[in-house]
Amino acid sequence: MAKKKVVAMLLAGGQGSRLGVLTKSMAKPAVPFGGKYRIIDFPLSNCVNSDIDTVGVLTQYEPLALNAYLGSGQAWDLDRNNGGVFVLPPYVSSTSERWYSGTANAIYQNIPFIDQYSPEYVLILSGDHIYKMNYAEMLESHVKKGADATVAVLSVPIEEASRFGIMNTDDSGRIVEFEEKPKKPKGTKASMGIYIFNWQILKSYLIADTAKPDSDNDFGKNIIPAMIEDGKRMFAWDFSGYWKDVGTISSLWEANMDLIGDEPKFSLYDKEWRIYSKSAIMPPHYLGADADIRDSLVTEGCIVHGKVRHSVLYSGVTVESGAVIEDSIIMPNAHIGRDAVIRKSIIGEGALIGSGASLGCEKRADEPDYDTKLTGDITLIASSVSIADGMRVPKGKVMMNGEEG
Amino acid sequence: MTNNAFGLIYTGEANAQLRELTFSRSVAAVPFGGRYRAIDFVLSNIVNTGISNVGLIAQRNYHSLMDHLGSGKEWDLHRKRDGLFILPPFVTKDNTGVYKGTVDAIRSVLGFVRRSSQKYVILSGSHTIFNTTFDDMIRQHIETGADITIMYSEEHDFDRSEQYDDLRLTMAEDGRITDLAFNPYMPDSPYMGCDAYIMEKTLLEYLVEDAAAHGEYDFMRDVLIKNVKKYTFYGWRYRNFVARLNSVNAFYKYNMALLRPEVQADLFNREHPIYTKVKDEVPAKFAGDGRAVNSMVADGCIIEGEVENSILFRGVHICKGAKVKDSILMQASFVGEGSELTHMVLDKGVAVLTGRRLSGHSNYPVILRKGTTV
Repeated sequence: MAKKKVVAMLLAGGQGSRLGVLTKSMAKPAVPFGGKYRIIDFPLSNCVNSDIDTVGVLTQYEPLALNAYLGSGQAWDLDRNNGGVFVLPPYVSSTSERWYSGTANAIYQNIPFIDQYSPEYVLILSGDHIYKMNYAEMLESHVKKGADATVAVLSVPIEEASRFGIMNTDDSGRIVEFEEKPKKPKGTKASMGIYIFNWQILKSYLIADTAKPDSDNDFGKNIIPAMIEDGKRMFAWDFSGYWKDVGTISSLWEANMDLIGDEPKFSLYDKEWRIYSKSAIMPPHYLGADADIRDSLVTEGCIVHGKVRHSVLYSGVTVESGAVIEDSIIMPNAHIGRDAVIRKSIIGEGALIGSGASLGCEKRADEPDYDTKLTGDITLIASSVSIADGMRVPKGKVMMNGEEG
Repeated sequence: MTNNAFGLIYTGEANAQLRELTFSRSVAAVPFGGRYRAIDFVLSNIVNTGISNVGLIAQRNYHSLMDHLGSGKEWDLHRKRDGLFILPPFVTKDNTGVYKGTVDAIRSVLGFVRRSSQKYVILSGSHTIFNTTFDDMIRQHIETGADITIMYSEEHDFDRSEQYDDLRLTMAEDGRITDLAFNPYMPDSPYMGCDAYIMEKTLLEYLVEDAAAHGEYDFMRDVLIKNVKKYTFYGWRYRNFVARLNSVNAFYKYNMALLRPEVQADLFNREHPIYTKVKDEVPAKFAGDGRAVNSMVADGCIIEGEVENSILFRGVHICKGAKVKDSILMQASFVGEGSELTHMVLDKGVAVLTGRRLSGHSNYPVILRKGTTV
C-alpha cells in the first residue's frame, strides 16, 4: 500500500456517561451538534482540511449510529482509493480476545492498520471536542523542532487549570513535566488530547505499555508521562482559538449557544475551513406567517410556526403555532406541539412534545425531588420520548420513555 | 415488480420566455425551491422509482448542469452497473453537433439507448416539476398494453402569452388518447402533458429513426401527434402539484406556491426525497433584529433584516434594516443595509448595496441577472 506521511487515529469509543440519556444509544462522537452536524464532523473536517486523508475511527461503545453516519466517508471526501476513513472496532485475534482497555490500548490493537501505510507520524484525536484546527501547522512545528511527540495545548485561566492535564514547558516549548488535574497548577497549558507522535517511537511505547499489567493503557496517564521520564523530545504546540470539550450537558448546551449571535464565539462561516456533514436531504426550512423567530439557528427541513428565541433547531424539527422556545436545543425531527413552552432545554432526536406542555419551568414545592447532578438547570428530554399534552417537566429534570431518567 | 426501465432526460430546451434566467444556463439548471435546480426533480423521481440507469442529453449552456450533476453520486447514480450518463452533443459526419429538435437529439444518443438493457424507457424533459414515482404509470402502461403512455395533469388556467410546449390530450373514457394538440390557440381540453412518456425502447428507436428518415425533428409534432391514430396512446393522470417553468411569471408563481404548506408537503414528500448537490452550508442564522415570516430559507443564509413572503436560496445575506418582500433571492445574493426589495428575482450572486429600493410587480417580477451589482 502507498506510504502515507501521516495517519490520524480518532478515539471514538468513549461512552460519554456525563451526557446522560443523550449517549444512551450512541457513542458521544455521534451526538448531534449545531443544527446539522454531529460532534465527529469537527475532527473529521479538520483532517480533510489539513490534507490528512487516512483516518482510523476507533469505536467500541454503541457504534451503530456512528457507523451508519460515517458510511463510506463520502460526506467528508474520505472515500479514497488509497486511504479514507475506516471504522476500527475491537476484534478477536488468534492470540487474544479483548475490548479496548484504554486509549493507548486501542491504538496498540490497531498497529497493523497503521503499519499498512508505513507512516512517519501518527496524529491522535478524540471525538468529543468542538474546534477548528489546522493539524498541518502542528505537524510542521513537530517536524521543525525534531520532536518525538507534540501535544496541542490551550492556555486556560490559572483558576481553571486544576480541571485539566497541564503541560509544564521550558522556554523553548519543550515539555518538562505533565500534571493530571493538579491541585496547585504551576502552568496554564492544558492538554487538548491531540497528539502527534513519530510512529516508530509511539509503537515501541505502546508495546512496552501493554506489557505492564498494572497500566491503565491511557495516553494521558501512561504514555505521555513515560516518554517525559525517558527524556524524549516532547513539545507543546500552542493553539489559540475556540475549543470546547462537549462532554457534559452544560458544555454541550453552551457550545451550541456559542454559534448564535451577531458575532458568534465560534464561527462556522469560514469558506476555506468548511465543516462537512452528511446531508439530511431535506428542503429549505419554512417559516409560517405566524412564525416569530429571532437570534437563532435553523436548518433544512424545519417547519416553524411558533416563537423561537436564542435557540438552535436541528434538521426536520416542527414547531407548531403558539409554541415558545427559548435558550434551547431541539435535535433532529423533534416535534413541538401547539402552545408548548420550552425554556433552556435539550430535546432529543425525534422527541414529541405535546400541546401545552411546559418544559424547564420552575419546580413547584409539591412536585417530587429529582437528581440534577448531570443537568444543572438544563432540562433534558431523551430521543424518541413523548411528553404528554399539558405535562410539566421542571428545570433540570431528565425524561426518558415518559418516565424520569 | 422491479422496474425494467431506464430514464432518458432531454435538457436541451431553449425557452426565450425565461429571459435572463437562461442567459447563462439551460432550463434544466434553473434554480427552484430554495436549494434545487429544475433537473433535481425529474432525476429524483426516476431514482425514487428504483431506476439506476439514466441518460441525460445535454445541449446548450450545459456547463452549470454538469457542474451540478458531477458523477451523479448525490442521486445515488454513481454506479458500476449503469448510473448517470451525461450525453453532450458531438460532431460526426452525419451529426452537426447542433440538434434540430428532440428527435435529432435522441437519435444522436441511440448508442446509449441500444446499450441499455432495460425494456422500457421513461422519456422526459427537464422543466416540469413534480414529485412522484413512475411505478403506477409503468404498471398502467403494461396493463393497458399501450404503445406510449403520456403523463398529464388537469389545468384550468390558460394564458396564451405564456404558452410553451403545451400538449393537450383528448381521451376516451378508458384513458385512450383520441387526439393530441400542440400549443392550441383555444385549448378544448384541460388535460396538459407533463413532458414524461413511457414506451418500449425498441419503439423509441424505431419512431426516432423513422421520423429522421422523413426529415422530421420535433418529438411532439412529428412523432406523437402524427401517430396518434396509428398507435395506442394512453394518458396517465397525475393529480398533485405540477410546476411548469415556462416563463418568468411561471417561475415566480410556482416558487411562491411553495409557501403553501400543502404544496410543500406534496413536493417535499419525505417518502420520496428530492436530491440535490450538497454544499455543506452552515444552518441559517437569524441575528440582531433579523426575522422572516411566510418564507422559505435555505442553509447558509444570514438574516439581519426583515423577510416576508420570500424564498431565499443558500448563502443569502440580508443586512440590518433591509426589507425583502415577495421576492426570490438565489444563491449567495446580498441585500445591503436598509435596502428594500419587492417582487424582485435576484439571480445568483447579485449584490444590492446599501439603501437601494427596487420593485417589480406581481405580474411582472423584475430579474437582476447573475452577478449584477446594483
